[in-house]
Amino acid sequence: MYTVSNKLKIGAITLMVIGTLGIVTGFLSAPATVEEAKAMVASHDDGHGDAHSEEASHAVADKGHGEESGAHAMTEAEHDEHVFHQLQNKPWAALYVAAFFFFMIALGVLAFYAIQRAAQAGWSPLLFRVMEGITSYLVPGGIIVFVILLLSVLHMNHLFIWMDADVVAHDALLQGKAGYLNPTFFLVRAAIFLAGWIGYREYSRKLSLAQDESDDNSNFKLNFRISAAFLVFYLISESIMSWDWIMSVDPHWFSTLFGWYIFASMFVSGITVIAMVTIYLKSKGHLKDVNDSHIHDLAKFMFGISIFWTYLWFSQFMLIWYANIPEEVTYYITRIEDYNLPFFGMVAMNFLFPVLLLMNSDYKRLNWFVVMAGIVILAGHYMDIFNAIMPSTVGDQWYIGIPEIGSILFFAGLFIFWIFRALASAPLQPKRNPFIEESKHFHY
Amino acid sequence: MASKVIQAFYNDDDVLMHAVKKVKAAKHHIEEVYCPFPVHGLDKAMGLAPTRLAVTAFLYGCVGLAVATVMMNFIMIEDWPQDIGGKPSFSYIENMPAFVPIMFELTVFFAAHLMVITFYMRSRLWPFKDAENPDLRTTDDHFLMEIEIHDNEAELISLLSETGAVEINISEKDLH
Repeated sequence: MYTVSNKLKIGAITLMVIGTLGIVTGFLSAPATVEEAKAMVASHDDGHGDAHSEEASHAVADKGHGEESGAHAMTEAEHDEHVFHQLQNKPWAALYVAAFFFFMIALGVLAFYAIQRAAQAGWSPLLFRVMEGITSYLVPGGIIVFVILLLSVLHMNHLFIWMDADVVAHDALLQGKAGYLNPTFFLVRAAIFLAGWIGYREYSRKLSLAQDESDDNSNFKLNFRISAAFLVFYLISESIMSWDWIMSVDPHWFSTLFGWYIFASMFVSGITVIAMVTIYLKSKGHLKDVNDSHIHDLAKFMFGISIFWTYLWFSQFMLIWYANIPEEVTYYITRIEDYNLPFFGMVAMNFLFPVLLLMNSDYKRLNWFVVMAGIVILAGHYMDIFNAIMPSTVGDQWYIGIPEIGSILFFAGLFIFWIFRALASAPLQPKRNPFIEESKHFHY
Repeated sequence: MASKVIQAFYNDDDVLMHAVKKVKAAKHHIEEVYCPFPVHGLDKAMGLAPTRLAVTAFLYGCVGLAVATVMMNFIMIEDWPQDIGGKPSFSYIENMPAFVPIMFELTVFFAAHLMVITFYMRSRLWPFKDAENPDLRTTDDHFLMEIEIHDNEAELISLLSETGAVEINISEKDLH
C-alpha cells in the first residue's frame, strides 16, 4: 500500500499557499476605478498608446461588445472603460484558465480510462489505479470550475459577455442565440455534465475495487458495459462543454470542430500526467510490475495525440484562414496580432517538441526523456487554454504575471495533493482484474 | 559456392522462439529463419542488428518536404503567381497554410514509397525473382530454421531435436 510522503504533502501545500498569495495579490491589484486602470496601462506600456485605441476598437467589434459602436471608432472614455473591464477580468481569467486546465487533465484521463475499460485492453490494467487516482480530482476541480461559472452568472466577473443582459439587448446575434446561451440553461447543462462525469467515475471506481474482493468477473463485466455507455455520454457532453465553457467567451465566433480540438488537448494532457505519475511512483519503488513497455505505450500516445491535436488545430486554422470570412477570421487576427508569441509558441511546444523528442522509439523508454517531453506538452496545453480564453476576456492586456502563475501553482498544489491522497487510499495494483497477467507480461 | 545446411521445421511460433534462443545460447550462427508470418521479437532473439529503415524513412520524408516546398513555390508563386484565398501576397511564406496539406502528403508519400522500395532492395526482392525459401510449407503453416554445417552435423541434429523440431533435413544450398 502506498503512502504519500511528507515531502510531497508539504510541497503540495506550499504550492497551494504560494498560489493563494498570488491569486489574492492578483485580485487586490486589479484596478477599482477607470482612473487606476488608465494609470496602470500608462505605466507599463508607454509607447504603443496611439496604436492602442485602434486595436482595442477592433477587439471590441470582434467581441460584439456593441454591434453599433464597433463600426465607428471608440471615444477616449469608452476605450478607458473597456481597458478597465479587461484589467478587472484579468485575475478572474487567470483563475479560470488554471482551474479549467487542471480539471481537464482529470477529464482527459477519465476518457482514456473509459476507453481502456470499453476496449478491454490487456496492457493497461496495471495503470488503472493511477488513472483512478487522477480522475478523483474531478470532484474538487469540477466544483471549483462550477463555482467560477456560477460567480460569472452572478455578475461577479465579466468573463462571459453574453451573460450581461445589457449587451444582449443591443446585440441581434446574441438575442438569436439566447434560447441556448442563457444563464439558467448554461448552469443546468454544466450541472448535468459534472454529475455524469463524477457519477461514472465514482461508480467505476467502486466496481474496480469490488472486483479485487470478488470471486467472479461480474464487476469487471458491468464496468465494461457502463464504460461503453459512458463514452457515448462523454463525447456529447464534452463537445457541448467546450462550446459552453470556452467557445462562448467569444459568443459571435464558432467553429464546428471545437469540441474535438479541446478534446485532443484534454486527452494528451491526461495521458502525459498518467505517464508522469506512473514514472514518479515507479521511482519510489511502487508499481513494480510496470515495465518500460508500458511507459513506451504511454509515450506513443503522447506522440500520436500531439500530432492529432496539431491536425485539428491546423484544420480549424486553415479553413478559416482560406475562407477569410470577417466574422470567423477575427478569432485568428486577435491571436496573431496581440498573442503572437504564445499563439505560435504553443504550436511549437505542442507539435514540434513532441514530434522531435518522442519520434525515436528508444527515447520513449527513457523515463527522464518522457518527463521532460511531458513538461513541455503540459506547458503547451496550458498555453492552448490561455489562448482560448484570454483574447476575449482581457484582450491585449495579457501577460503571464503573478495572478496567472499564482493560479497555476495553487491548482497544481491542489491537484497533486488530491490525486496522491486518492492513490494512497487503495492498493496500487489491481488484484483480480482478468487481464492483470497479460498486463504484467506486456511486451511491445 | 555450395554448402551444407541443416533445416529444422517447427509448427508453432512460440516453440520456434524458444528454439532460436536455445541455438543462440549454444553459440551457433543461425543463417536464416523462414516464417509464414512475422514473429514478434524474432529479430532480437536471432541477434540481428537493429533496422536502419526508420532512419531512411525520416530522410525520405525530409526529401518529400523539400520537393513539395520547391514545387509549390515554383508552380503557385513563381511560374504563375496565384491569388490564394483573396490574399494576393505572392509570397510563399504568407500563403504557406494553403500548401501545408501538399507538404504533408508528399512527405508521407516519399517516406512510405521510398521506404518500401528500400526495403525490397535491401531484402533482395524484385519482380520475377525465384523464391528463396527452401520449402513450400514455410508459406503455409511451418517455420524453418536454417543453420550452416561446419563439421558439426551430429551435434546440431541432437540440439535441434531437443528444441521441439517436427522435422530435420540436411541439404545442399547455394549461398549468396
